[in-house]
Amino acid sequence: MKIAVCIKRVPDMDVRFKIGADNVSLDEAGLKFDINDFDAWAVEAALQLKEKDAASEVTVISLGPDVVQETIRKALSMGADRGVQLKSDKVPFDGFPVAKALAEELKGGGYELILFGKMSPDSSNGVVGPMTAEFLGLPCVTAISSLEIANGKGTAKRELEGAQEIVEFQLPAVLTVDEGLNTARYPSLKGIMAAKKKPLQVKPVQLADPQVVVRKLELPAERKAGRIVGEGAAAVPELVKLLQTEAKVL
Amino acid sequence: MANIFAFVESRGLELRKVGLEAVTAARTLADKSGSGEVHALVLGPPGIAAKASQLGQYGADVVIAVEHAGLANYSPEVATATAADRIKSGGYRAAIFSTSAQGRDLAPRVAARLGVSAVTDVISFDLEGATVVVRHPINIGKVIATLAIAGSPAVIAMRPNVIAPAQNAKAGRVENAQPAVDPGSTRVKVVETRQGGSGKLDLAEAPVVIAGGRGLKAAENFKLVEDLASAFGNAAVGATRAVTDDGWRPHSDQIGQTGRLVSPELYIAVGISGAVQHLAGMRTSKTIVAVNKDKDAPIFKVADYGIVGDVFEVIPALTEAVREAKKHH
Repeated sequence: MKIAVCIKRVPDMDVRFKIGADNVSLDEAGLKFDINDFDAWAVEAALQLKEKDAASEVTVISLGPDVVQETIRKALSMGADRGVQLKSDKVPFDGFPVAKALAEELKGGGYELILFGKMSPDSSNGVVGPMTAEFLGLPCVTAISSLEIANGKGTAKRELEGAQEIVEFQLPAVLTVDEGLNTARYPSLKGIMAAKKKPLQVKPVQLADPQVVVRKLELPAERKAGRIVGEGAAAVPELVKLLQTEAKVL
Repeated sequence: MANIFAFVESRGLELRKVGLEAVTAARTLADKSGSGEVHALVLGPPGIAAKASQLGQYGADVVIAVEHAGLANYSPEVATATAADRIKSGGYRAAIFSTSAQGRDLAPRVAARLGVSAVTDVISFDLEGATVVVRHPINIGKVIATLAIAGSPAVIAMRPNVIAPAQNAKAGRVENAQPAVDPGSTRVKVVETRQGGSGKLDLAEAPVVIAGGRGLKAAENFKLVEDLASAFGNAAVGATRAVTDDGWRPHSDQIGQTGRLVSPELYIAVGISGAVQHLAGMRTSKTIVAVNKDKDAPIFKVADYGIVGDVFEVIPALTEAVREAKKHH
């Protein structure tokens, strides 16, 4: 069974973002980038299947400029077998053209399982996985937190609001991965060395025009400064009074 | 004039609150466009059509009810095909879904099948001429993007709790319809939906959220948080990632960057320091209260009201005071 994992390079979120001069992009100066967490869990899921002899080859695919090669190498150093860069100048906000390009690459690749992270924190939209599945006409299960593959069939669990779904699906299939499925391994030194020699294919792609266009980016209004009501249990009556009379939530 | 489509999320025979919000959002958009109608689609087991008749109150002019014994659980393939067929034949200006586990699953598939894009986690929308313009938080809520959606229909999924389901006296007309594909023939089957505790409020929908962090010191001390939630009566319990990673609470309770997004009326952070990854999940709450023994904890920077103190002393006192306050209402 061949597995493909689609991964994205995303900025570290633990910073104060600055809006670029054009007002529609972020100032990337000083930002650190790494593989999206959800995508790292998807890579881990694929590697675990390979280690159980349920998969023969793990391919990682990332769309974007040459800097995404670094992200692909990270996945290769975790243990994936080969990488594909779908080379485009930019990664648009709109997931539609991205999903189209990915589907074009995945089509005819003979993959039994295609994995995605359930979303990325930068665009926070979560549409690329399920859209790719639709373009490929494949069954799709999103946001899985458990996975078993046996006899050409899969079973997965999805977390809902206050409930869980147990889902059975046929292969080939597209799955998107939620937190809780696994813990991603760190690349070993040996893995990092090995990754340098693994094949990384670069394929230029022409993205379709986006249908969703960023018109403006802005920083959200800062919350107005709060106050310390007091210390210890003695402050509780004052807090309750404020919740009743000022915030009107009690 | 433009008609607007709304997908109404259900679980078993229950219409979910986010579904009612989708209908009200569609009503708002239809009214902005002039004289459009709202058509609401509901799928479920036999009996769902009777439930769906109430959707008129929330702004639906037409309710399309698809009842089938095979739809006791969510069926992504049936829902996708049925919604896409209906939207295609209806010529809608926009199709509104919910940003929930189900809506996040469904909206992008329906959009792809229609050949258009989708925007999830929408916090507000407007109509500029024929273009639907929405606001959508990116970078874990640290940046707000204003997006123009060129494709038609505009497929959007609303964030829960940003639109209150509006009640009006209008009655919707219910039409019965068939699923677009046979629920027995799908390649993906939800074989079981396991409910959490009975009547348990969901984090995304609860008006009050009480969340606990490492400051509680041990899993069993979450009882303090549970007790405070039950004193409110309308509260759900959440946790930080540190706590769910340690297995004190299930991953589904995690509020933050990789977990749940909540924006309740009132958020109470108990023993939570306020890591960036946690703030990402709750900073849009309307009122934030923090109780922490460290006066320099970052949570106090976003909290409207803070108490510096020992959670084991403050929370029981607060629980008692909330119980008292609720008695007098």
